[in-house]
Amino acid sequence: MLKDLFSKKKKYATIPSEQAKQDVPEGIMTKCPKCKKIMYTKELVKNLRVCISCGYHHPMSAPERIACLLDEGTFQEYDRHLLSKNPLDFPQYIEKVEEDREKTKLNEAVVTGEGMINGFPIVIAVMDSRFRMGSMGSVVGEKIARAIERAMEKSVPFIIFTASGGARMQEGVLSLMQMAKTSAALKLFSEQGGLIISVMTHPTTGGVSASFASLGDYNFAEPGALIGFAGRRVIEQTVREELPEDFQTAEFLLKHGQLDAVIPRHELKDVLTNVLDIHQSRGGDEWHTN
Amino acid sequence: MAYELEFEKPLVELRKKISELKEFTKHRDVDFSDEINKLEARLEKLENDIYANLGPWDRVQIARHPNRPTTLDYIERLFTNFFECHGDRCFGDDEAIVGGIAKYYGLPVTVIGHQRGKDTKENIRRNFGMPHPEGYRKALRLMKQAEKFGRPIICFIDTKGAYPGKAAEERGQSEAIARNLFEMAGLTVPVVCIVIGEGGSGGALALGVGNYVHMLENSTYSVISPEGAAAILWKDASLAKKAAETMKITAKDLKQLGIIDEVIPEVRGGAHRNVDEQAKYIDDVLKRSLRELLPLHAEQLIAQRYEKYKKIGDFIDSEQHVSVM
Ligand SMILES: [Zn+2]
Repeated sequence: MLKDLFSKKKKYATIPSEQAKQDVPEGIMTKCPKCKKIMYTKELVKNLRVCISCGYHHPMSAPERIACLLDEGTFQEYDRHLLSKNPLDFPQYIEKVEEDREKTKLNEAVVTGEGMINGFPIVIAVMDSRFRMGSMGSVVGEKIARAIERAMEKSVPFIIFTASGGARMQEGVLSLMQMAKTSAALKLFSEQGGLIISVMTHPTTGGVSASFASLGDYNFAEPGALIGFAGRRVIEQTVREELPEDFQTAEFLLKHGQLDAVIPRHELKDVLTNVLDIHQSRGGDEWHTN
Repeated sequence: MAYELEFEKPLVELRKKISELKEFTKHRDVDFSDEINKLEARLEKLENDIYANLGPWDRVQIARHPNRPTTLDYIERLFTNFFECHGDRCFGDDEAIVGGIAKYYGLPVTVIGHQRGKDTKENIRRNFGMPHPEGYRKALRLMKQAEKFGRPIICFIDTKGAYPGKAAEERGQSEAIARNLFEMAGLTVPVVCIVIGEGGSGGALALGVGNYVHMLENSTYSVISPEGAAAILWKDASLAKKAAETMKITAKDLKQLGIIDEVIPEVRGGAHRNVDEQAKYIDDVLKRSLRELLPLHAEQLIAQRYEKYKKIGDFIDSEQHVSVM
C-alpha cells in the first residue's frame, strides 16, 4: 500500500561547491552582530561563518551548509521542481516567494537530497532562513516528507538541519498540517529502524520546532541558536515574568534536558561521522559467532 | 441565554418586542395575536437568515461562546462508565487536558480532550484549556495504553493553543507536541478526532492526528488566532475579523482544503443552544467512523493515516518548472 506512495526517483545535478563559495551576496566586509567587529566576509566564510573574534555562528545558506558538510561531488538534489501556490489567495504572497526564489536561487525554503558524509550515505534536508524566514508551507512539508520516504527506500540515515520561523502563515492551516505530514513520515521511517538526526540552527521556532526538529534520535543544536515553541514577546505578554537572558537558546535547552549536545560548527562533521559510524558498525566477527 | 453574540442583536431586540407585547396583552382586554404572529414569523425568518449566513468571524464568536459545550459535556452524553485518569507520570497532572477510559455502546474506548473551564475559577484551574507539556504527555500515555489494550481512541479538540510560558518551554513544549504527532501517526488502533471549539495551532494538532478528523460546523481550526494573524499581517490585532475571513479557518474551508473528513452540523444558533441534541449529531458521525475503522488491521490503519496527511498541501508539481541554479 505504501509502496505506491513513493514517486519515481528523480535526480538533479550536484551543487558545485565552487558555486556555493561564490554565492556570497553580502559586501566585502561583514559586521558581527554580537561583538560588533568588522571583518572580511571572505575570511568569515572561510571560517564556516563563525566569527573569528567571538565565535558567533552566523547563519549559513543551505547550499553553503551542504558544500561544507558533504563529500565533494556526492550531493544529488531532490524535488527542485516543486513550487508554492497561493491557496488562500493571499495578497503579494506569490510575488514574495518569487523574490526569494530569485534572491536565493532555491525553489523553496528547504534543500533536500542525498549524498555522503565521510563516505557514509545519507539523505539530507537543509532549511534556508533566507527564503521566507525558512517558514514551512506546503512545498517545504512535501519536500521533507519525500526526502524521508527516499531515506526509507534506501535504508540510509536522515539528517535534517532546521532554520525556521515556524509555519508559513500565508498558507494558513495547510502549513499547520505539514507538521503532521513530516512527523508521520518520520514515524514510519523510525519504525523501519531508520536513524534520524536533527541539527537545530538559528532560529528554530514554532511549528518546525514542534515537529521534525524535535524528533531526532539525536537532537543537536549550534551554539547560541534560538530554539523554542512560543515567541519570547508572546510569553512576556502572557506571563509578565522575567525571562532569563539565555532563554530559548541552545544552551538553555541543553540545561533543561531538551538536547543531546550543543555542537560548534567546526566539530559538526566529526560528530555526525562518529554517530553514523556507530550506527553502521556491527562489531567484529567475534561478536557474531553462534 | 444571558450571553448574546454581536450578530444576534437583531434577534434579541425582536424577541424582546414579542415578549413585551405578550406581557402587555396578558393584563388587558386587547387582542394583539395577529401582530404577535406576524412578529414571530418575522423572527423565524430573521433567525433563518442570520444563522444560514454566518461569516467566519461570527463562527469564531460561536466557537468561543462561554457556554459552548466542552469535552466533558460530550463525554457525559456520548459515553458510559467514564473513568478519568490523571498525570503524565513524569511531572504532573495538567487539567487543561482530560482523558480516561469509557464505553461507547458497550465498546471499550479511550477518550481524551482539551478541557476549558466554564467560569473563571475553573478556567484558572484548567489554564483556559491551554496545555503544558505534561498535558500532552498525559494524553500520549493514555493513547499508548489504549493501543496496548486494543481500544479505539477518540480525541476532542478545543484549545486556543499550547500555553506560551517559561515553564512550558523549559519542559519542552515543542518536543511534547512533536512527540504526539509522531506517535499518533503510528498508533495501531483507530483514532477519531473531533474539533468541537477552537482548534488553535500546534496545541490543537497535538491531539489531532487521526484516521478521521471531523469538525463541528461552527468550530475553527487555524495555524494562528485571527488576532495573532492580524497583528503580524497588518500590525493591528483589531483587524481580527478581516484575518478570520482571509485565513480559511471554518469547518467548511477545511473540508474544501481536503484537511477534514466531515462537517458535523450544529444545532441552529450553535451547539450551546442544545447540548443533548448536539451530542446526538456527534454520535451519528462517531458511530459511523468507528464502524468503518474497526475492521481495519493495524498496518491498514497506519497506512490510511499516513496517506491522509501525506496528501495535504497545495503546490505545483510539474517537471517543467525546473528552475535556475
Ligand atoms: Zn563576533
